[in-house]
Amino acid sequence: MDLFEHQAKELFAEYGVPVPTGKVAHTPQEARAAAEELFAAGSSKVVVKAQVKTGGRGKAGGVKLADNADEAEALAGQILGMDIKGHTVHKVLVEEGSAIAQEYYFSFLLDRANRTFLSICSAEGGMEIEEVAATNPDAVAKVPVSALDGVDRAKALEIAKAGRLPAEAQEGAATLIERLWAVFTDEDATLVEVNPMILTTDGQVKALDGKVTLDDNARFRQAEHEALEDKAAADPLEARAKAKDLNYVKLDGTVGVIGNGAGLVMSTLDVVAYAGEQFGGQKPANFLDIGGGASAEVMANGLEIVLSDADVKAVFVNVFGGITACDAVANGIVSAYKLLSERGENVDRPLVVRLDGNNAELGRKILRDAALPGVEQVETMDDAARLAAELAAAGA
Amino acid sequence: MSMAIWLTENSKIIVQGMTGSEGMKHSRRMLAAGAKVVGGVNARKAGQSVDFDGTTLPVFGTVREAMAETGADVSVVFVPPKFTKDAVVEAIDAEIPLCVVITEGIPVHDTAYFWAYAGSRGNKTRIIGPNCPGIASPGKSNAGIIPADITSPGRIGLVSKSGTLTYQMMYELRDIGFSTCVGIGGDPVIGTTHIDALQAFQDDPETDAIVMIGEIGGDAEERAAAYIEKNITKPVVGYVAGFTAPEGKTMGHAGAIVSGSAGTAQAKKEALEKVGVRVGKTPSETARLMREIMQSL
Repeated sequence: MDLFEHQAKELFAEYGVPVPTGKVAHTPQEARAAAEELFAAGSSKVVVKAQVKTGGRGKAGGVKLADNADEAEALAGQILGMDIKGHTVHKVLVEEGSAIAQEYYFSFLLDRANRTFLSICSAEGGMEIEEVAATNPDAVAKVPVSALDGVDRAKALEIAKAGRLPAEAQEGAATLIERLWAVFTDEDATLVEVNPMILTTDGQVKALDGKVTLDDNARFRQAEHEALEDKAAADPLEARAKAKDLNYVKLDGTVGVIGNGAGLVMSTLDVVAYAGEQFGGQKPANFLDIGGGASAEVMANGLEIVLSDADVKAVFVNVFGGITACDAVANGIVSAYKLLSERGENVDRPLVVRLDGNNAELGRKILRDAALPGVEQVETMDDAARLAAELAAAGA
Repeated sequence: MSMAIWLTENSKIIVQGMTGSEGMKHSRRMLAAGAKVVGGVNARKAGQSVDFDGTTLPVFGTVREAMAETGADVSVVFVPPKFTKDAVVEAIDAEIPLCVVITEGIPVHDTAYFWAYAGSRGNKTRIIGPNCPGIASPGKSNAGIIPADITSPGRIGLVSKSGTLTYQMMYELRDIGFSTCVGIGGDPVIGTTHIDALQAFQDDPETDAIVMIGEIGGDAEERAAAYIEKNITKPVVGYVAGFTAPEGKTMGHAGAIVSGSAGTAQAKKEALEKVGVRVGKTPSETARLMREIMQSL
């Protein structure tokens, strides 16, 4: 889960990382009130920053300076509702303006390739680090951090020096780096990025921006992370699926997909898209992995979610019977139909089923004998995808 | 000469978390597949025993004790995510040669920790997983949750990030058969990589050709392609899942995510094709390509 800038900074502040004082505003009026407070406390300028989970906010006009509360209100009015790379701005962060002497870059992240953590530090901050790395690779220091040893004061200083931060910023930066390591480990983050990390004209090092990605697998020991979720932004179908413990991702096509196993479902989406090319560009409508068990209830819940998507014109159920053999899966589908009709929901769109693997023949026979309305069986994944795409095109 | 990598008919397997529901279910299945499962580990149930359709297996307090008593050289880990780090560290401390971590949903900080810990102990324990189906050498042994009865012994090696695609491929090529099938797992940090398996298959005199299955996220497939070019002379056929995955969405596996322009299926496919690996558009086409190769050998 990615955090908003203001959430990242609130987290930073809890760990003693210096950040500018600021407040979140959802309306121009709230922005005005926040600005008034900051000016009353002695700020000479305030910054109004769009809160969206994407980069390039400055270039898009989502970050502006204001000299007074009137201006802050007007700017918030412009920024709220703005679309930045497909993200609508629903809130702004109103922050005290900082007197910036220099801008640096710092991050901790997971280095998948080397199976360790990495710190990246550069004296050239404020722009995309990939850009700096491409044009001036010597200016970007990448220092591996072992999960066993972590980051102490000496390591933090080593990183700051490797990033060639000037002498006057090294101590302050090392303090930040040590505390950001605490954020990274204690919060189970996979990314903590500060760009820019600034040196102020009065010699302080601060986090002027913040980007944090948290590990969803750590939720069992990070209960407070749930409150950081942006529930309003979640797709309503994805939210419903999540409430039912289903692994569902909404896509923009017409062929609903249900399968078992993440890899097989991803592959099914691709096969549907290839097959769909022949039928006016039919595409998969969703990713839905019902897991190994494929019980009647899970199948019923899955069908219900997929069929709630009005864009879905046909459904492709692609199951490989491994641990759960195909006869059990077929019985699951038959029971799912019953369950759905008991809930008052009928399967009103065609269902193409491909069962393969253990007891495939038996599973197919169960489905044939049940003669469920709208169900067609196809033996191979490629042919089943073709039929599903064809039916979706016919139903569109 | 045993035709398999890492897991043979002589492997003696213990199950960490054998007394839990998943551990019980799959210990029974492994035994039914002919694997030599010799015991379980659960500190709270040490001294007890569990009956599996007539086979009674002892429960030990520690991995070290289980190894000393049974001569076990493989551990399969089924303990819940909360306890997995400690379980794997225990296996590493006991220096068991192979530790297969089935558990899904482990925080990546825990995996990074036990991976670093294994390194600090001289990498005496090969870790497969986490979030993987395990390893099967058909007709010989089975450590994990791979269905044993969908394929036959043969001379193809298979390495895959995905469980069900592993099964799909094993099934499609069941008439030709496999030496060993390794599910390396779909997490961002894993112990055994495509490259490790490719090298082991290259060195295995009883493996003739290799199927490599990848998916979106990270750059393991690109690195494997570079490795193949330099080190692998046996034919390799590839498959990559996730061409239609949208940017920034996690597709089931914690590691399956396209970030910006990095980690796309297209880039992986191109990297593999550039070094002469034939990449199938669908799992069936991939199986067909492998069939052609096996018939031409």
